[in-house]
Amino acid sequence: MLALIPLFPLVGFLINGSWYAFGQAPAGCHKAGSKIPGAIATLFIFSSFIVSAFIFNQLLSMEPEHRFIEQVLFSWMKVGGFNLEMAFRVDSLSTLFTLVITGVGTLIHLYSIGYMSHDETPGKFFAYLNLFCFAMLMLVIGSSLPILFLGWEGVGLCSYLLIGYWYTDEEKAKAGKKAFVVNRVGDLGFLLGMFIIFWTFGTLDFTELKHGVEQAVHTGTLVADASVVTLICILLFVGCMGKSAQIPLYIWLPDAMAGPTPVSALIHAATMVTSGIYMVSRLNFFYALSPSALNVVATVGAFTAFFAATIAIAQRDIKKVLAYSTVSQLGYMFLGCGVGAFSAGVFHVITHAFFKALLFLGAGSVIHGMHEEQDIWKMGGLKSKMPKTFLTFAVGWIAICGLPPFSGFFSKDEILWQAFSSVHGSRVLWGLGAVTAVMTAFYMTRLFYLTFLGQPRFDEKKMVSHHAHHDDDHHGHDHGHSDHSVGVHESPWMMTLPLQVLALLSAVGGLMGIPHMSWLEHWLEPVIPGHEGAHGASLVGGVDPQMEWILMGVSVLGAILGIAVAFKLYRNLKGVEGLAQRFAPLHRALENKWYVDEIYEALIIKPLQGLAQVLWKCFDVGVIDRIVLSFGRVSAWTGQTVRLMQTGSIQVYALMLLVGLVATAGYFIYGWH
Amino acid sequence: MTQVEPWVILSFCAIIFFIGFTGVLIRRNILIVLMCIELMLNAVNLTFVTFSKQLQHMGGQMSVFFVITVAAAESAVGLGLVIAMFRTLRSVDTDEIQLLRE
Repeated sequence: MLALIPLFPLVGFLINGSWYAFGQAPAGCHKAGSKIPGAIATLFIFSSFIVSAFIFNQLLSMEPEHRFIEQVLFSWMKVGGFNLEMAFRVDSLSTLFTLVITGVGTLIHLYSIGYMSHDETPGKFFAYLNLFCFAMLMLVIGSSLPILFLGWEGVGLCSYLLIGYWYTDEEKAKAGKKAFVVNRVGDLGFLLGMFIIFWTFGTLDFTELKHGVEQAVHTGTLVADASVVTLICILLFVGCMGKSAQIPLYIWLPDAMAGPTPVSALIHAATMVTSGIYMVSRLNFFYALSPSALNVVATVGAFTAFFAATIAIAQRDIKKVLAYSTVSQLGYMFLGCGVGAFSAGVFHVITHAFFKALLFLGAGSVIHGMHEEQDIWKMGGLKSKMPKTFLTFAVGWIAICGLPPFSGFFSKDEILWQAFSSVHGSRVLWGLGAVTAVMTAFYMTRLFYLTFLGQPRFDEKKMVSHHAHHDDDHHGHDHGHSDHSVGVHESPWMMTLPLQVLALLSAVGGLMGIPHMSWLEHWLEPVIPGHEGAHGASLVGGVDPQMEWILMGVSVLGAILGIAVAFKLYRNLKGVEGLAQRFAPLHRALENKWYVDEIYEALIIKPLQGLAQVLWKCFDVGVIDRIVLSFGRVSAWTGQTVRLMQTGSIQVYALMLLVGLVATAGYFIYGWH
Repeated sequence: MTQVEPWVILSFCAIIFFIGFTGVLIRRNILIVLMCIELMLNAVNLTFVTFSKQLQHMGGQMSVFFVITVAAAESAVGLGLVIAMFRTLRSVDTDEIQLLRE
């Protein structure tokens, strides 16, 4: 039963993939604009969602202590005492992730049918998308670290394939490569962490590992904050830095926006980038043992949240703003995990999956409607042109700004409160988080205002004529008559329906984690034990429980402040330009993303390239090539020389025979002793 | 009848053998070369017989019969080859038949 969850997308991948790869598409199924591959892919991921829901339902009826389902498929490898089984285990943590992945995944698949309707190779696109879902599901339901790693690498591969989906554009191909290489750096940390775990505990299975750790703590062989645990945690977190785009490895995520927008929504906002939080939460028993590692996680998370938010303020590309916003929100999640509030981190993963997928899909709808225009300064006034997109985007906007009772408020506030009150938290972390919240409200309002409100800043006539001309190529004479493809238009139902569903989820999704009666926290208790500094025990930490309400008020006020400032500022666009000019150096630095890419280029890439050049020219060509070539030269020379003995005259051969005979006889007679 | 000393016969054999061998090496006419080989074989035969007599062992004399038989066959084949060679190359000079070179 469990295996069905990843199996469905795998089958979808195989059907679409082999169809695309081998079949000279029977009767136009795979030509541009075909909807069949999309329908197949959506159907399979939806089946997977049904199974996930069924499993969730099963888990609901179980006792909390035994709330897991396990299925062993086969023994993958057996080396000495190391037996690795291909096994799946779904518990209260995994089931949430499977529901989000398959649920949001289904919506995004459906949306993609509409979004990719002009695409040349829909079969390939949907095959990749399904393969991604397969790998992501393996990641969250694998019962041991190697299977998690299998999924981890699988999603990395799909991310690469989908970022570079339009690979004929070199920029996009490069963005895919960048994502892959940066992720590889993180994966090294993950692998090392895994090796040390196996070296120390002799197992990689999560349950056995948990028992092993508990036992070691019990017998005193493993003390809290032991250096080996800290090392493991930090190495694994390096893996998370890569996959979940944290400082210093976040640079690939903004570039990953080169991929199609549904991909950005599914992979680079809702699911794949949250796998780091999944791993940290899954291994919370490790992290709980090492306050110093938690500290690192929280600090990196808080700084990433703050840093990415500053960059998001000055970006012009609608997807880039959302990308930096994603990096920032991922920082929030790690901040939550880092202060020991793993369930708050997971809560934010879920709400973020709803509202960020919504925002990305909304952005995709805008881009689709604007005919591939991504610059928000060239939009404006789309409110009336795209009413459905506008309304749903507004819901996502309020949710991410953190106004109650939308989902973002609950999860963000939970994290901020934990950062303030938990024994691992501090005022500084809370301060960073709170400032980030204000900035988030500001830049999201900026994005929202520039896109949907105000006066249109684009020339629709130009767009119409451009598009009519474009149509001309395909339809001959009936250009300009099909009214849905002229000018700025609302997207088809396949695209707006997912938006509406996600808007609903973004609006009410927060209700599963209302403070003090959080269903989510209770649900996750078998996997993530209740922690100190939580609501009930907060008095122990010396924090006044009333502070919680005060802080909640502060964050709501902060959000309102951010929104108000942005509204006031962007009503007068000339004023904004003046402001940008007055702080020109700062504005330029923000617009250029603090020059991080350039700094990396100068500090890491250039020296590495130089080193590679030197190694190539001196060592490879000078030493290795010379050795190999000299083998060839020596044999050629030997052959040339020895060849002279070959005269063809039998009598010369006979003479040589005699010489050899005499020499041999001489050796045996005189040279023996 | 006086016994001839074996070393005299053996030296004699060695001399004949090397005369034959020298002929093989330096003569250019392939017929002469074949004859020289015959000379070498007979020198060896004589050596066998000498040792057979010396060591009172029949093995040497048996070997001689084998050698004579093989030598007869060899001459037949060798002469056949020489005729074939002469037919194709119109020559029996060993300098002209260095086809193995290339």
